Amino acid sequence: MELEGRVAIVTGSSRGIGRAIAIELSRRGAAIAVNYAGNAAAAQETAAVITAAGGRALAVRADVADQEQVEAMMKQILNEYGRLDILVNNAGITRDNLLPRLRESDWDAVLNVNLKGAYNCAKAVMRPMLKARWGRIINISSVVGLTGNAGQANYAAAKAGLIGFTKSLARELGSRSITVNAVAPGYIMTDMTDGLAEETKSKMLAGVPLNRFGKPEEIASAVAFLAGEGAGYITGQVIVVDGGMTM
Amino acid sequence: MSAVFNRVKEIIVEQLGVEPEEVKLEASFVDDLGADSLDIVELIMALEEEFDLQIPDEDAEKIRKVGEVIKYIEERK
Repeated sequence: MELEGRVAIVTGSSRGIGRAIAIELSRRGAAIAVNYAGNAAAAQETAAVITAAGGRALAVRADVADQEQVEAMMKQILNEYGRLDILVNNAGITRDNLLPRLRESDWDAVLNVNLKGAYNCAKAVMRPMLKARWGRIINISSVVGLTGNAGQANYAAAKAGLIGFTKSLARELGSRSITVNAVAPGYIMTDMTDGLAEETKSKMLAGVPLNRFGKPEEIASAVAFLAGEGAGYITGQVIVVDGGMTM
Repeated sequence: MSAVFNRVKEIIVEQLGVEPEEVKLEASFVDDLGADSLDIVELIMALEEEFDLQIPDEDAEKIRKVGEVIKYIEERK
């Protein structure tokens, strides 16, 4: 299997896109650390799906916004698996509001988890990746980071920030065969989008050439491609997986 | 030569891929040993691990030659 012998951590993989990524990386042979912030039961469920299919999984708790917790988590993973090859920065939250009503706490919470979380995690995996002279960092951005979105100034700023972060790291780490890329999902069916009104959904679909919402598995397969040996000459890129909505 | 020198030399040889005889006290990491900025960061990380030290950025920036690293470590042991 392509990722046999590799160890991957997927942040925020108790549910949604993160869970699909964890499962897909496991299916391709990697041992998985399932990171979660609060929902231990859901993280255990992700881990159980992986182990039931014959893979290796370890649920690890850490709020990615907290550097100390992230460092302790990476230590725990290294103790358990002895290496760390693939980091998927997927953990994300939303606190939507139009700017006049967007509270400072909403701004800070979203930037801290979605952007600072990626910094904390990438920094904590530098040592093992630099030593191994191999690594994959994949940041889950969003089309909203490319196009902007009314009511999501904080989320869009964080997701656009991840793209600048991705490109800078790609330049810093290229000489060590560590690639850094971003995947920008469009409208994907998860708990985050389930709550939308039907009318909103049909309006959204009008702008999608493929005329349907994406599945978490379709983000996972792009991530797994970037994690593999075959993507070794791709770095600093943003792969948009959105049914053609932005082009 | 001191024990510290020998341990540091081993790390430098491994990190920078240079020959042991090139690692002289007066050798500059950048000019003589061909280190780039990421090499220096990795070297500092390896030294911190080997000698169980925390080398702050302001100190790391001042270290340019092999002899300065030896002196720095010996002063803190």
